[in-house]
Amino acid sequence: MARSDHKPRLGVWKFASCDGCQLTLLDCEDELLQVAGAVDIAYFPEAARGSGRGTYDLSLVEGSITTLHDAERIQDVRRRSRTLVTIGACATAGGIQALRNFADIDDFMAAVYAHPEYIETLSTSTPIADHVPVDFELRGCPISKQQLLEVVSAYLCGRRPVTPAHSVCLDCKLRGNVCVMVAHGTPCLGPMTHSGCNALCPSYNRGCYGCYGPKENPNAPALSERLDQLGMGRAERLRFYRTFNAWAGPFREESERHGP
Amino acid sequence: MGRKTIKVDYLARVEGEGALNVTIRDGQVSKAELRIFEPPRFFEAFLRGRDYAEAPDVTARICGICPVAYQMSAVHAMENALGIEVEGQLRALRRLLYCGEWIESHALHIYMLHAPDFLGYAGAVDMARDYPDIVKRGLSLKKAGNAIMALLGGREIHPINVRVGGFYRTPTRKELEPLAETLKQARENALATVRWTAGLEMPEAERDYHLVALHHPGEYAMNVGRIVSNRGLDIAVADYNRHFVESHVQRSTALHSHLREHDCYLVGPLARYSLNHGQLSSLARETAKEAGLGVTCTNPFQSIVVRSVEVVYACDEALRIIDEYREPERPFELAEPKASEGFGCTEAPRGLLFHRYRLDASGGILEAQIVPPTAQNQPSIEADLKDLVGGWLDLPADTLRERCEQTIRNYDPCISCATHFLKLDVRHE
Ligand code: SF4
Ligand code: SF4
Repeated sequence: MARSDHKPRLGVWKFASCDGCQLTLLDCEDELLQVAGAVDIAYFPEAARGSGRGTYDLSLVEGSITTLHDAERIQDVRRRSRTLVTIGACATAGGIQALRNFADIDDFMAAVYAHPEYIETLSTSTPIADHVPVDFELRGCPISKQQLLEVVSAYLCGRRPVTPAHSVCLDCKLRGNVCVMVAHGTPCLGPMTHSGCNALCPSYNRGCYGCYGPKENPNAPALSERLDQLGMGRAERLRFYRTFNAWAGPFREESERHGP
Repeated sequence: MGRKTIKVDYLARVEGEGALNVTIRDGQVSKAELRIFEPPRFFEAFLRGRDYAEAPDVTARICGICPVAYQMSAVHAMENALGIEVEGQLRALRRLLYCGEWIESHALHIYMLHAPDFLGYAGAVDMARDYPDIVKRGLSLKKAGNAIMALLGGREIHPINVRVGGFYRTPTRKELEPLAETLKQARENALATVRWTAGLEMPEAERDYHLVALHHPGEYAMNVGRIVSNRGLDIAVADYNRHFVESHVQRSTALHSHLREHDCYLVGPLARYSLNHGQLSSLARETAKEAGLGVTCTNPFQSIVVRSVEVVYACDEALRIIDEYREPERPFELAEPKASEGFGCTEAPRGLLFHRYRLDASGGILEAQIVPPTAQNQPSIEADLKDLVGGWLDLPADTLRERCEQTIRNYDPCISCATHFLKLDVRHE
C-alpha cells in the first residue's frame, strides 16, 4: 500500500472515549514490537509525543463525536488518511455516550452542571461513520486483541479483514457452553449480539449485555418476547437494549418499542 | 526577563486529552494551568435510573486503563448501601484482581509512559530501539498483571466477572495455580524494575504535600479502610463529603477537588507509600530501602520508583492470595434492594477513588457521585508546576517544556477519568 521505500504510517486518533480500545493495541504485549517494526507509528499520543501532521496510510479512530470541534477534527483526519478504520462501540455506534441521544439535553445540562456555560458539547454522541466515510468498522467495548491484529495486518497486506458476523450464540455452541437463558433463565443479549468475544460472558455464567453491538438481521421481537416470559419488565427491557451500543440500529429500534 | 510562556498543546503519554499553560513573569511563575479539553462525559447522569447491579459495568467505561478501580469502588459502595459484607475468599479474590490492575497499570506507566521522560525518548517504541530488553521486561510485567485480569475478570479491559456481592464465577484452584509461576517471574522483573528506576537521573524536588490515602490496620490498603492523611485527617469513607469539596473551573472540563480546610492535597502512590509503608511486604520494604527510599517519599519524580515498589508488593500479595486460596461455596452474596445510601472508596493505581450512590426501594439509582483521583490531584499538579518551574528557568526552552510535561506525568494522570463530570450543584451548598 505505501511506497516501497517507506513503512506504512499508522495514526491512532481519539475522540470521546475511555481509551480502552487504543489501550488494546498496547495490550498486545507479544506482538507490539513486531507491529512497531512493520509500521511507522506516526501518531499515537497515548504512547508517544508526535505532531499529528502529515498523511497516514492507516488511521485507527477511537471514540464518538460529541463536540463541534471534534466534528471538524474528524474531517481533517479523514482527508489525511488513506484508510480509516473505526475501533470500538464508541466509534462505531456512539458508545455509552449515546445515552444522551435519548434525553433532553437542556434538562440534562441544567440538572448536572454548576456552570453549563463553561461546557461545550453537542446534544448527541454519534458514530464516526455519520460524519465521514469509513473503510472498516471493528466492534466491541472494548475491541478484541485478535481482531485488532487481524485488521492491522489485513490492511498492511492490502486485503479485507476477516471478522465473523454471526451471533454470540453460535460462539457459545462452538465453545460447548450450556445456554444460560435456557438452563438458568438468565436474560442474555447473545442471540442479537455480534461475535468477537468468543462468548465470554456466558462462559462466566452471566448473560451477554451486548458490548459487541447488534449482529446483522437480528430477530429482536422474538428475544423481547422471551425476556418478557422470563419476567423482565418493560422498563428493564428498555435498559437492557440501552447500554454500550444503545444507538446502534437494531438495539435502538427495539429499545424504542419499549419506551414510554 | 519579562514575560514568557510555556505551552504544551497536547499532552502526550497521558490517558485522555489535556494541555498546559505556564506563564512566567520576571523570573516567577505567575500562572500554571493544566487545561483539560477531553469532551465532557456524563456518567453520573447516565447512572440515574439504572439498576444498582449495572453500576460496575457502566462505571468501568469511565476509563479503560483502570476499569477495576471503578468496579471495586462501585461494588463496595453498593454493598455499603445494601448492608452486605463480602468476606473470606471472595474478598481475597477482589484483592487479587486489584493486584492485577496495579501491576498492569503501573507497568504501563513506568515503562511506556514515564521512563521515556527520564531517558529522553518520544515514547517506548523509540526507547525500545536502544533498550530492547528493558522494554521487553516492561511488556512482560504488564502481561503478568493482565493475566490476572483475564483469568479472574474474563478480560483485561472492562472485566465482565465483577458483580455486587462478589463474582459471577469464581476460579477453581487448578485454574489459579498456573498464575503463580507467571507471578514469580513477574516479581523478579519487578525487583529489577525497582533497581533500574532507582538508577534513573532524578531532578531534586522535595515538596511539602498534604498526602491522603486509605489506611487499613491489617493490610496495605486497597479496597477498604479509613481515609487518613499526614496532617491528622482520619475519617470514615462515609464522611468524605464533609471534608472534601469539588469546584468547577472554566479552563477545565474536569472538576477540581479540595480539602475544605487545607486546600490542595495529593493522592496516589506517594501518599499510599508514605502513609502505609509499614504494611508493605518485607521484600517490598527491603527493596525500597536498597533503592534509597525512606519510609516516606515526597519527591514527585521518584513516584516512578515508588510505583515499582508497589509492583513488587502486588506480586507478593497476589502470590500469597493464590497460595491461600480455597474455593468458596458461593460465587457471590445475595443483596436485597432497599432505599438506601452507600459509600465506597478504593485505591486506584493513581489514588483514591470515591463513589456514592443513593438508591430507591427497588434498587434504582437516584443519584451517583464519583470523584476520580485525577480530579483530586489536578490542583496539586498545578501547585507542583508553580513551585518547581521557577528553579528551572535557566534550562533551554525545550528541556524546560519537557520537564513541565514530566512533572504532570509524575501523576500518571487519567484525563478521561477526570472528565466524566461529577454531579455538582454548588447552589445547594
Ligand atoms: S468502545 Fe468501550 S472500550 Fe472502546 S473506547 Fe469506547 S468505552 Fe472504551
Ligand atoms: S458475551 Fe456479550 S457482553 Fe459479554 S463480552 Fe461478549 S459481547 Fe460483550
